[in-house]
Parts: sequence; C-alpha cells; structure tokens
Amino acid sequence: MNVLTITGAQKSFAELGVLKDISLSVDEGEVVSVIGPSGSGKSTLLRCATFLETLDRGEIAYMGKKAAHSGPDGKSVYEKDLSPFRRCFGLVFQQFNLFPHRSVLQNVTDAPVRVQKRPRAEAEEEARKLLGKLGLADKADAYPCQLSGGQQQRASIARALAMKPELLFFDEPTSALDPELTGEVLRVIRRLAEEKMTMVIVTHEMDFARAVSDRVIFMDGGVIVEQGAPDDVLVNPTQERTRQFLKSYQS
Amino acid sequence: MTFQTMVGQLAGGFLTTLAIFVLTLLGSLPLGLAVYFGRRSRLAPLRGLVKVYISVMRGTPLMLQLMVVYYAPNLMFGMRPLSRFAATIVAFVVNYAAYFAEIYRGGIESIPVGQYEAAEVLGYTKGQTFFHVILPQMVKRVLPSVTNEVITLVKDTSLASVIAVVEMFTLASRIAVAPHSPGMVTFAVAAVFYYVFNYVVAFAMERAEKALSYYQ
Ligand SMILES: Nc1ncnc2c1ncn2[C@@H]1O[C@H](COP(=O)(O)OP(=O)(O)O)[C@@H](O)[C@H]1O
Ligand SMILES: [Mg+2]
Repeated sequence: MNVLTITGAQKSFAELGVLKDISLSVDEGEVVSVIGPSGSGKSTLLRCATFLETLDRGEIAYMGKKAAHSGPDGKSVYEKDLSPFRRCFGLVFQQFNLFPHRSVLQNVTDAPVRVQKRPRAEAEEEARKLLGKLGLADKADAYPCQLSGGQQQRASIARALAMKPELLFFDEPTSALDPELTGEVLRVIRRLAEEKMTMVIVTHEMDFARAVSDRVIFMDGGVIVEQGAPDDVLVNPTQERTRQFLKSYQS
Repeated sequence: MTFQTMVGQLAGGFLTTLAIFVLTLLGSLPLGLAVYFGRRSRLAPLRGLVKVYISVMRGTPLMLQLMVVYYAPNLMFGMRPLSRFAATIVAFVVNYAAYFAEIYRGGIESIPVGQYEAAEVLGYTKGQTFFHVILPQMVKRVLPSVTNEVITLVKDTSLASVIAVVEMFTLASRIAVAPHSPGMVTFAVAAVFYYVFNYVVAFAMERAEKALSYYQ
C-alpha cells in the first residue's frame, strides 16, 4: 500500500529555488532516510509534505488521495480541507516543540482528545502505554522543562504517535541533542522501524541511516541526486556529489 | 468633622474607586485582546485605524480623554451625556485596552513559531491553537507588564475627580478644604487607602506569577 506520493515538487522562496522537481513515493512499512548537505532542501521537503509550506508546483497524495494536484496552469492546487490528510502523518521536529505549559501526559493526550475527539480516559490509557514504551513512564506528570533533551524528544515522538499516523516524519531528530543523548532517541526510532512503522527521516547520523533504512535518498541543491538501498548509497555511491558529501562526513 | 466621620466617608468613596478599578479591568483585559486582533487584522484599513487609536490613547493624557468622553458627545452632537461614572468607565476601559493590546502583542510575538507549527501538524484549528497553545503561554509572559499597568490603574482612578466622580480622591480633596475638617490628615488617610490597596494588588499578582512558574 502506498502511503505518500510526491510528484514533481517545486518550491521557491522569493527567487531562490529550493525544491526542483522532487518526486518521492513511500510504501507502507518502509523506512526512508534523507541525507544531504545543509541547505539542500531537506527540511523544506518535509515542511511541504506536512503542509507547513505550500508547493508552487507538483502533487501530494496520501493513501492514494490527492491533497494537492496540478491545476490547469501547472500550479499546485490544494484541497480546501486538509484535515483528513493531516490525520495521515506526524512530524517530529528538531527542536521538539513540546507545549511547555502542559505536562508530558497532557502533551500526548491533548491532540487525540481535542482534535480526534477520543474519550479522555482512553487517550490517557494509551498515552501511558506509549510513554512506558518510550521509557518515560515516570515522567508523565513532569513538565518539558524538567526533562533532558533526549527525554523531550522521546516525549515529542510519543505525542506524534498518539495520533496513530500512517507515516511519521522526522526532521533531524537528534541534531539539537548533546552527543551522549542521541543514542536513546535513535534506539526509539529503531524500535519503531522494527515494528514496521512507516517513516521518513532526515538525519546526519549515517551509521543509523544505514542500519535502519530500507532506502536512502541523497539530496543536494533541491534535487534527489541518488537513492537506493543503504549500502548502495552510503557505501558504493554512483554519483560524485554523493561521494564528496560522504567524504566530508567521515572527516 | 471627626476623624472617624472622615475615614468613614473616604471608605465610602473607596468603594467607587474599587468599582472603577474592577470594571476597568473586566472591560479592558478582554478588549485589549480584541484590539490586538484588530492590530493584526488582514484588513489594512482596520489595522491602520487600530494603530492610530493605540497611538492616540498612549500619546494623550488620560485626564484629557476623560473630559472628551464626558463632554464631547453633548458639546459636539447635543447628545445626552453619559453619567459621570459611566463616562469614567468608558474612558478607562478604552485607554487601558490600548496598553494591554500592546503588551499582549509583545507576549504573543515572543512565542516561538514552532508552537504554531506543532499545533498545525497535530491538526488543531486556528482557534484551538490560539486558546489552548498560545494564550496560556502569552498570559505567563505578559503578567509582569500587566502587573505594572494594574498598579498604575490603582492610582489613575483618582483622575476621575476631573469630571467630579465622587470617588475617594474627590472626597478627600473636598473634605480636606472644608471648615472644621481634619485637613491635611485626610490626604494622609487617603494615601494609606491607596497604598494598602496597591499592596494587596501587588501581592495577588505575585501569587499569580508564582502559580504560573511551574514551567519556563
Ligand atoms: N521560509 C524561508 N524563507 C526563505 N528561505 C528559506 C525558507 N526556508 C528555507 N529557506 C532556504 O531554503 C534553502 C533550503 O533550506 P532547508 O530546506 O532548511 O535545507 P536543509 O534542511 O536541507 O538544511 C536554504 O537556502 C534556506 O535558506
Ligand atoms: Mg533542515
């Protein structure tokens, strides 16, 4: 089953072309890592996929239904009501973006109750299970400011999972963390991969990408330069730009 | 006039002072939010109008605004004037709302954009985002500035004497110059009333700030 299809995505800020004809398709259970130098458009791609930015051109479909299609003039036309599509995905931010005035438990239950209108008791029970799974059982009543960065990021993953998305996007989930805290977050994502959660992960953790992904995409200058199995892209890349990028990462 | 009678009369006037204070806050705290929304409206004319309103409210004396609200409708349009008390409340609410709107704006604009984005991705409507994500965080951020305004308001209530509203300050000035009154002592007692009132207000606001200090 196809979860996400992006076709011919183009996006510019003022005169700056940031996405130049990107196409991407993600199947159920697939884990796709996106790597590439800073400024290559990785975040913009995720932000367009999650409707935080709108495409200039191109189409976006979730579960086979188009959220944006190409209009007669070639420009992207969005559905009026995007809420059914928002239900399909979650997004984990680099900066967590937890709600600081709410406890961890409230962060996780608020959207299921308020947006999905699920009964509070049921949402809380599920949230506690999720928090337990992510090693935060004893932090349910803590506030985000009382948590370490790694715990905050795990809480934000719990918040996204509580909405039961078909697909979870991660935008550099460990880049804001101290090195000794990245492991605990990567382990959680890895466990989700083992459970066949569909994920698109922008990351600079090459070893992690290699271990966890079904497919790796290398982006540079707003285009997909190369994609394929992790070993092909990360160990035996065919493109010179990919080789250059990986070399800069080893040093 | 005995000391006790004087204190009793001031206490009576203090009830009016208290009423001006409470009604002004009840009106201007929410109106300030509406003014803030006008300030960032998509309609350029509304935005411009609100900007002018805020700048006039902040750039002219409240005493003058009181006179205008009380006298202008009658002098300029021959309308029946508002009661002195009602004119005071209108002038105070409209003036303080302008200040609160600017304070709210500062508080809201200091909230990281990531909060809006997290809410949007989770599917919150604009209203849910504002009332459940932004507003609670704004309240905490603006509380110290609001406290300053509220303490200023306690003292500003005395300006109502300019249109002869019989609040505590008006009474104190009348009593102080009346024959056989306790004279200057009247002002000292009025000062104690204001001071204690402000003390209580500051204490309450501090408690509110403490109650919101459970997060950063
Ligand atoms: N809102 C924006 N306005 C203007 N330029 C932007 C905006 N967002 C991103 N850009 C620019 O788009 C380019 C790609 O950014 P981004 O998608 O964040 O790259 P990456 O995540 O790969 O580092 C950068 O040059 C960045 O400065
Ligand atoms: Mg980025």
